[in-house]
Amino acid sequence: MKKLSNALWSLASLLSIGSAALAASSEADFKSAYARADAAEQEAGRLRNQWLATEAALADARKAAEKQDFETAIAATKEAEALAKASIFQATSEKEAWKNLEIH
Amino acid sequence: MRFWLTTLAVTALSIAHPTHAADGVDPAADARAFRNYFVEKFPNVKLDDFANGPYSLNEDMRRQWEEKEQFPPYEFSLEAGKELFAKSFANGKHYADCFADQGIGVRQNYPQFDEKSGQVITLELALNRCRETNGEKAISYTGDDMAALTAYMAFTSRGKPFDIKVPDDPRALEAYENGKRYFYTRRGQLNFSCATCHVQNPGERLRAEVLAPAIGILNALPIYRSEWGGMGTTSRRFITCNSQVRGVPLEPQAEEYRDLEYFLSYVSNGLPISGPGSRP
Repeated sequence: MKKLSNALWSLASLLSIGSAALAASSEADFKSAYARADAAEQEAGRLRNQWLATEAALADARKAAEKQDFETAIAATKEAEALAKASIFQATSEKEAWKNLEIH
Repeated sequence: MRFWLTTLAVTALSIAHPTHAADGVDPAADARAFRNYFVEKFPNVKLDDFANGPYSLNEDMRRQWEEKEQFPPYEFSLEAGKELFAKSFANGKHYADCFADQGIGVRQNYPQFDEKSGQVITLELALNRCRETNGEKAISYTGDDMAALTAYMAFTSRGKPFDIKVPDDPRALEAYENGKRYFYTRRGQLNFSCATCHVQNPGERLRAEVLAPAIGILNALPIYRSEWGGMGTTSRRFITCNSQVRGVPLEPQAEEYRDLEYFLSYVSNGLPISGPGSRP
């Protein structure tokens, strides 16, 4: 019985260490993902073409990260990065494409 | 909602494909083409009437507006603007001291290109520069006081045709061209340009709103908007437009906004100032 108890205790310890490592990994993943999204959004800002949805997604990511909900935070960050990249694409393509709409 | 907006943006972006247009900057030719486009699109609308925005294109709205004009919602702002304009600064000077003709009947000449600074000076910017030159703090470009002051100045110019000059100065031409580019450039998650609504779809409804034609669109500013429950300046209008297409607005009186106002005012040359106005 004592052996079983020790085994369970060891297993619990291992799981605890494992989940702590997983949480730490998630936080690191979030920070890295957020840095990428933030860099893309800053580039959109340099092009004077940020989108409200990108800002909202970044804010959602920060809020989730504060609550240690890194899964949600990373999902929001990835959405923000995709949106920021779309706004960069828009600004870049519009450097020429705006002429399509011009009245002649 | 976000999913659908993202999908809409991606779809719209995927069908965008660049082509090339003429490189020369010719404001006079642009203004002619602009005017011809709207005259041909709306052959029953008198040219001057475009200064009344959506009311020139929608008979029902026009009737309601004409009734509202009996007791216009901008009247309080107009009175406030008159008082503010007459009030002296701490140094004893007035707004009138900063403008030609004491600031009466000059709205149609703004924006102006300032050769000294090489920048476009809008009426809103000129008012704040006047304050700062006389030791006063600048006021908000989107606030009630700015709306009131510009409402009063517009009122003293009612009926006077826009008379915007683009001098033969590369910096002025560049500012004009920047404004034109901003007007036609798609932005925001909805992938709309100013022209999407106000060139391609004037007279059509966007939800409950009837879209105004781009020609004469600034002649009625500042405006009382029922949607806002108050007065709004040109700065406020541009910022709202950017937000409506899900873009992060620029700062009020950003160079892009001033250049946009320069372009839009120039291509409306000859149309009468009708501000202050009111819109749903």
